[in-house]
Amino acid sequence: MSATAAQTSTRHPRGQVRLPAPGGDVVLHRRGAIVGAALTAVAVLLALVSLGTGDYPLSVPEVVRAMFATDGGFATTVVLDWRLPRVLVALVFGAALGVSGAVFQSMTRNPLGSPEIIGFTTGAYTGALVALIVIGGAYASTTVGALLGGLLTALAVYLLAYRKGISGFRLIIVGIGVTAMLQALNTWLILRADLEVAMSAAFWQAGSIALVGWEQAVPAFAVLAALAVLVAVLAAPMRQLELGDDAARAHGVRLEPVRLALLVVGVALIAVVTAIAGPIAFVSLAAPQIAQRLAGSAGLPLVNTALTGAVLLIAADFVAQHALPSAVPVGLVTVVIGGLYLIGLLVREARQKL
Amino acid sequence: MREESSVTGPSVEQQTAPRARLGARDVTLAYDTRVIAQELSVEIPDGSFTVIVGPNACGKSTLLRALSRLLKPTAGDVVLDGRSIASFRAKEAARVIGLLPQSSTAPDGITVADLVARGRYPHQKLVSRWSAADEAAVTRAMESTHVTDLAGRLVDELSGGQRQRVWAAMVLAQETPILLLDEPTTFLDIAHQIELLDLFADLHRGGATLVAVLHDLNHAARYATHLVAMRDGAVVASGPPSDIVTADLVEEVFGLPCVVIDDPVTGTPLVVPRSGRP
Repeated sequence: MSATAAQTSTRHPRGQVRLPAPGGDVVLHRRGAIVGAALTAVAVLLALVSLGTGDYPLSVPEVVRAMFATDGGFATTVVLDWRLPRVLVALVFGAALGVSGAVFQSMTRNPLGSPEIIGFTTGAYTGALVALIVIGGAYASTTVGALLGGLLTALAVYLLAYRKGISGFRLIIVGIGVTAMLQALNTWLILRADLEVAMSAAFWQAGSIALVGWEQAVPAFAVLAALAVLVAVLAAPMRQLELGDDAARAHGVRLEPVRLALLVVGVALIAVVTAIAGPIAFVSLAAPQIAQRLAGSAGLPLVNTALTGAVLLIAADFVAQHALPSAVPVGLVTVVIGGLYLIGLLVREARQKL
Repeated sequence: MREESSVTGPSVEQQTAPRARLGARDVTLAYDTRVIAQELSVEIPDGSFTVIVGPNACGKSTLLRALSRLLKPTAGDVVLDGRSIASFRAKEAARVIGLLPQSSTAPDGITVADLVARGRYPHQKLVSRWSAADEAAVTRAMESTHVTDLAGRLVDELSGGQRQRVWAAMVLAQETPILLLDEPTTFLDIAHQIELLDLFADLHRGGATLVAVLHDLNHAARYATHLVAMRDGAVVASGPPSDIVTADLVEEVFGLPCVVIDDPVTGTPLVVPRSGRP
């Protein structure tokens, strides 16, 4: 018995926590679990601070009291009705964007993989523009236009990249090409549009969660929860894809159905976010990589990626709302940070290759 | 030679030909429109260490891909236990046939133990977690490939020889009675090649059926119990190396004039090339 124990400890010197469960143990990596707990704490803290910041400032204890007060005073209205939707949306959308990025990066085996690269975001913008020009500026029609545009673009890229199956690399190359063409189309549409339409489009394209209320947040959360279940089911075959196509198939992964399912789920996650908030760059790209480095995990950790995404987006939204001389859309903040991050990543990759 | 002694249990009444769980029947193999082999038939004798040899582009790796159901034949069938392998559920087949591919990718930051554990996938259900059987299989796989001491190391940090043993451990953790090895020794130095081949020979003695594609004819002749020589997508000869490896066969298959002598260490055929020039 002691021999077995010694073996187990040499097998897992990096530390594992095992939780007995029906059907076998749940294996957690200790560092991953600690990082997860820390990220959760940071997210909760940022949420509380966000809930207390604004024209009607509240301290953290006041926020907590307002949330659980039954008398329905003014502080409760401010926290629960005005600020909580935005804070929850930042957390949940950040998590969704992060997981979407992890799905794409695992599938393409490329740290530059993200829903943006297969043209979803640019296509969504095209759809929103067309809706604005043809139908006019209603929120619902822009949302539907963006959804249709993004989904059609993703489908087109998938079909163009399909040749007896999908390779991650081909997906990226085709995605870049289609994105470039759609960007040209978007510019042309903007130049021809009325000033008012161009302004609305520019606002949509910046990506903002400032105007999101409960009526948009609740259905979005429901869809995202359903998608989270699908991601959990797909997680194990996704891990296998990281080993290469041959090894994955030799282990009994049905490559094309799994890849298609991952693509659909990854696109659906970002579609929900984009439909409600417009394009929010960088989170899907960076959250998986940051989480992987923090947790020191094998492959891209899904739970920690979700938590990292949540922290990134609520922090970016806090900056967008309060830390700048005047409030800006959160998409602007994430684009600036994202640009820097991307340059850093490319420089590092280039150095490794030389 | 030791081949008869090991595998078959005492209860089995041997037929004249050894039973074959896995084989290809009249398969046509092609990538897109490029046909590699036509009406090719190969049987993998149970309990054998089968090695497929042949010149570059003779279709040996393609045959192995078909046997491992990575490549679907355009005609004919790969047959496992009397049924077309295409009719097996993917995980079901993966519990019988394991494959060490020519190239695999280790995810960033993965440890040896975690990588080996990924070989357990075909045994895990949608919701099932890590079981005692999983744990035991991984421990055994790491012991028999001598990577137990490396368990906590990062795969990225290992040498080429260590890494190949770790990949072998991952396939062993899959616990399949049949193992396919696609050029497992290609990027290793001579000492690590022999180390790995000895490991496979041990597995074979332990009862596994192995099918390997090897480049080195002398390694093939030394380790194989059943040799398949291919050229231009067709099998030229098959059988125990000591029966079929002759100077004529080598010249026919590889176009290389040579002398075949007895290996001074093992007594198996040893191919000594003459100059390739006339």
